[in-house]
Amino acid sequence: MPDHPFLQLTGISKHFSGTRALENVDFSCERGTIHAVLGENGAGKSTLIKTIAGVLKPDTGSMSIDGQAVEFSRPSEANAAGVVCIFQELSLVPDLTVADNICLAMPPRRFGMIDRRAQHNFAEAILARIKCEDVDPNGLVRDLSLSRRQMVEIAKALGKSPRLLILDEATSALTRKDVETVYDLLADLRQDNVACLFISHRMNEVERLCDTLSVFRNGRHVETFAKGTRTDRDIVRLMIGREVDAQFPPRPAERTRPPHLTIQNLSWQGRLKGATLSVGKGEIVGLGGLDGQGQKELMLALFGVLRGVEGTVDVGGQIGAPRSPAAAKRAPRRICLVPEDRKTEGLMLPMSIADNLLAASYSRVSVGPFIDPAQERKAVDAAIAKLQIKIGSPQDAVATLSGGNQQKVVIAKWLMTDPEVILLNDPTRGIDVGTKQEIYRLMRQLAEEGRAILFYSTDYAELIGCCDRVAIMYDGAIVADLAGSAITEEAIVGASLNIGASLKEAVS
Amino acid sequence: MTVARAFGTSLRQNRGFYGAVVLLCVLYLVYNLLHPRGFSSAVLIQNANESVAIVFLAMAQTIPVLLGGLDLSVGAVMTLAACIASVLVNGSPLQIIFGMVVTLAAGTAFGLCNGLIVVYGRLQPIIATLATGAIAMGLALFIRPKPGGDIDGDLNWALTNSLWDFVDTYALFDPDASWFAPFAWIPVPILIMLVFGVGVWLPFRRTIIGRTIYAIGSAEGAAYMSGLPINRAKIAAFTLAGFFASCGGLYLAIQTASGNADISQAGAYTLNSIAAVVLGGTSLLGGIGGAIGSMIGALILRVMSFYFRILSIDPLLQPLVEGVVLLAAVSLGAFRVLRIKNRLELFR
Repeated sequence: MPDHPFLQLTGISKHFSGTRALENVDFSCERGTIHAVLGENGAGKSTLIKTIAGVLKPDTGSMSIDGQAVEFSRPSEANAAGVVCIFQELSLVPDLTVADNICLAMPPRRFGMIDRRAQHNFAEAILARIKCEDVDPNGLVRDLSLSRRQMVEIAKALGKSPRLLILDEATSALTRKDVETVYDLLADLRQDNVACLFISHRMNEVERLCDTLSVFRNGRHVETFAKGTRTDRDIVRLMIGREVDAQFPPRPAERTRPPHLTIQNLSWQGRLKGATLSVGKGEIVGLGGLDGQGQKELMLALFGVLRGVEGTVDVGGQIGAPRSPAAAKRAPRRICLVPEDRKTEGLMLPMSIADNLLAASYSRVSVGPFIDPAQERKAVDAAIAKLQIKIGSPQDAVATLSGGNQQKVVIAKWLMTDPEVILLNDPTRGIDVGTKQEIYRLMRQLAEEGRAILFYSTDYAELIGCCDRVAIMYDGAIVADLAGSAITEEAIVGASLNIGASLKEAVS
Repeated sequence: MTVARAFGTSLRQNRGFYGAVVLLCVLYLVYNLLHPRGFSSAVLIQNANESVAIVFLAMAQTIPVLLGGLDLSVGAVMTLAACIASVLVNGSPLQIIFGMVVTLAAGTAFGLCNGLIVVYGRLQPIIATLATGAIAMGLALFIRPKPGGDIDGDLNWALTNSLWDFVDTYALFDPDASWFAPFAWIPVPILIMLVFGVGVWLPFRRTIIGRTIYAIGSAEGAAYMSGLPINRAKIAAFTLAGFFASCGGLYLAIQTASGNADISQAGAYTLNSIAAVVLGGTSLLGGIGGAIGSMIGALILRVMSFYFRILSIDPLLQPLVEGVVLLAAVSLGAFRVLRIKNRLELFR
């Protein structure tokens, strides 16, 4: 046994435009172990693995593998050093065949040309190893289901014969049978003295597979310990343990409100699996859970973006999901959605602030086919005043504004349509604390006016501070509906990991 | 059994390509049936001669399109190559070969410049090549201000007729030898397309660079994350496009025995090359298709124009009919949209 760890990170820091993603992280990992990395959303797990895999360059700090100092500036350099990562966002090329993808970077060659037969055999052998004989190496990745793609991704990583294998939520899309296969495979790799970094939100998985656990919080490495030395509750505490730093407006007294928006058994493409939820008039319902459990799809379904949604949707007596965003925003439903990514789905960045504000409600300031300049100016001024958007001139490009003010423009744009149902998809992501507080106050004010608000946030403190009720999503369904004093961080984190039941027993 | 299955898979994955092959076969068969001298070597030679330039141009266009871009300079590079050839391809055999090599090298170098500008200038291919295309046109006009030029007559005769004439012109061996009879009828232009087009493209497609081009057009992020040589592939794509375009230009010069820096002709060739690429089953979004399909697409365009000659339709109707056929063919590819479940993906 050498006296230095196989992978060693020392003093790694990484900042993204003001926010710190990693802060002075020391981390190490040994060969022949499966090492879990745990943490909330935004704890720095993704940044950590991207740094190790050569996607991101750390601002400061050093990294060594097998005692050798290394510095990766692109993924191929990490691969050459035996570091292979299975990313959450798949790195497969949809229009190439399965065999092409498995051998993408280093295909077998003869006379400088890719040897198709050797490549085919190689792919077949690797697919057999992970029990995916049903995948045709000649088939296009485009035609595979999400779970099969994930397995091909694993095959691709295996094909590079890694010394350090990083799995980022690699089992999230798999079927039960595949998950077992992957477990067996990881056990084999441990035998072969491969180091595995395993990122998962499923506690039972971590429990079953991993030898060592590391907890990250707010970009810092909190603690590393051997499996079995901490209880689930301790781990959840380690993951939370931070001060609540935002001021929330006072919550009104609890009262029952007749539901305005009701959804039952909403299903879509295996991403939503029977979600059931209701939101009353004047109520703020928080939508929580880990990233990618179907929250985004739920909102898109309600806003008419998805095709082939099954289940019942009832908006103020109007049955059925709208067929398009245009139908969603019109009377009688009057739904609006503040989307997840304001830069691509919320704003037309090069266009002016005024045009962006009016984008959803041109019909309100038009006479016949023509936009009335006087009405337009009045409406824009009113919106800017209402949200106190700090701008130079309404004719400036919206790209010139800060993140917080851009988000205010998106929200103001939708408020101009006078919506009855407001869907907010993580509206406070990446904006400053002051603007966050303004948005919290605005939400409460809108609720007071009798609008129904569904609010997805990745920040648990917001869910606790802002919402009348909190629904937690896990794997496409609502697994917990918390109200009043039941909304606590422990309950939210527990339900997010879907260990709510066992945790409750532990507490009582 | 496995061969049948593999073929079935290929059939499903390349519907556009096989559809184009069938369309071409039907069109050409009917054409020959209608033609008073159909199914003769003479008709085939004439048709092949008229197809070489657009076939090479379509193949040139395919490669940037596979990346997800467009090369608006292919027609101009072809014209530039033709003008260079009209000056250099004459004299002693050695001088002729030198002239042909210089012509191809010039077009290839021009393509390389396109690639360098796109990669290191970080410009959109469409605007970068619009500009470089104008530069190529300017150079062509500089070299050949008026149509004309001097191309070796033997070469012109040998390359635009059947294999028999080729052998006869250069007295390689007795063209009437009995073993040669089965091949003697083959038009030389068809062989040129096969040797320079298929012979370059198929091996290229099986290199890492070739596959990287597909990967970039399909999902550039995934290609990067997989550690593929993205910049080199982009440069190679435009370079190869320049090579194919100059092949087309060289042949055009030999065929017409002159060079002509005709701006409107260059523009028409560029636009037709895009149409041919689409007809051949290559996606303008990149990642799907190939140069062989574009070759078929170019031939379809050409055969359609042959119909106007034998059917004595008003030639003024030709653009209208071609437009309708192109629109119909391209519409078949749009059915994919109906299968998308998340409408947001339509806009990505």
